[in-house]
Amino acid sequence: MEAFMAIIVRDIRLTLRSGGSTITLLAFFLSVGVIIPIAVGPDKETLARLAPAIIWIAALLSTLLGLDRLFVADHEDGTNASLHHASISLEAISFAKLIVHWLVSALPLIVATPFMAIMLIMDMPTLLRTIAALMLGTPALVALGAFGASIAVTLKRGGVLAPILIMPLAVPVLIFGVSAISPAPGSGTSEAAFMFLGALSLLAFAFTPFAIALALRAAHE
Amino acid sequence: MSNKGFAGQIRLNAQNLSCIRGEQEVFADVAFQVSGGEALIVRGANGTGKSSLLMCLAGLLPVNGNVSWQRGGKSLTKPEYFELIHFIGHLNAIKNELTLAENLQFWSAMFGGDSTPIADALERANLGGLDTYQAGHLSAGQRHRLSLARLLVTPRPVWLLDEPSSALDQQGDRWVADLIQGQISSGGLAVVATHRHIALGTGANVRTLELGQL
Repeated sequence: MEAFMAIIVRDIRLTLRSGGSTITLLAFFLSVGVIIPIAVGPDKETLARLAPAIIWIAALLSTLLGLDRLFVADHEDGTNASLHHASISLEAISFAKLIVHWLVSALPLIVATPFMAIMLIMDMPTLLRTIAALMLGTPALVALGAFGASIAVTLKRGGVLAPILIMPLAVPVLIFGVSAISPAPGSGTSEAAFMFLGALSLLAFAFTPFAIALALRAAHE
Repeated sequence: MSNKGFAGQIRLNAQNLSCIRGEQEVFADVAFQVSGGEALIVRGANGTGKSSLLMCLAGLLPVNGNVSWQRGGKSLTKPEYFELIHFIGHLNAIKNELTLAENLQFWSAMFGGDSTPIADALERANLGGLDTYQAGHLSAGQRHRLSLARLLVTPRPVWLLDEPSSALDQQGDRWVADLIQGQISSGGLAVVATHRHIALGTGANVRTLELGQL
């Protein structure tokens, strides 16, 4: 447990001290929210209909931003090699890294969602559903992204490859994420979509640490 | 150096070891044996596979051949012997954004077990008083000292050291020799790849492995 916490504390410190990565993330997230309404036009109804999709796409793109350094930094400076000999398994280490990655790359987005809601002229109940959907769905995005990043850890341009690898895997999250916020006409409640989102996140968080550990072990040669 | 010693005699036995990297055979048919209380000095020209050999032993490269680890006569599985190993390669696993103390605390927590106070380890690495200094500002030699200080914060019976005295001054050379001396006198073993002479005391159990000789 001490080792698990040590990873979490270290990664949070590294993020806070690496200079503005969270601010860049937020700026990117919000600018997607600014740019799309400009492109779509000021029609209130169209915007309201598109808002859930815009927020999810902005969230997906933003969580991809931080992936390039997630495992590469540790690989390049030799940390990964020594982590093989740690007193906890690489799986546990990967799990700890996932938690931090969610805290620093998804939680800030959720906090910034009300600002996004203002730009997209969202009403209060929709905003609350959006926040709930992001809370439930972003863990899956983060875990899948981390999985992609771990596969690309040894590649020179891996930072570009990881997003391409995981884009298809993120499709279910987008589908259920959007229908949790605005249920398709005739389907009634969004309850089922919320449950699917939660299930996707739980599954992703439960299984990706094993896949990541496997990728990290294979990363040496 | 702590003289409390390690429980159970460690024995590392390698037979028929070979290593292929990038379709090129780096070394072949290497055999050696080291036990707790002994140091194995690996020598050889550049490109003869000293680092590859250490990485094979550390489980970072696939092993072709037989490598067996025993403790107190009992064979160890991979996760078991991984927890006995300190591997210090030429990448020093130091985070520039963290202070010296934070770097060491992290590794102390990762390797578990009872840790020597951090300030103490830094003192012995000749980095005393730099606890709250950012590691990014250190010189190459100091960075290397910091990575060797990991050996001090968590005692482990197996050391795999790749060029431990590179970038170090003369005092550092002697310090490395003292470290290895301390490790073997407390019953641990050390496999050290180096070009330099390591002045271990007379009577120290030292074996030498020459790579690249047919």
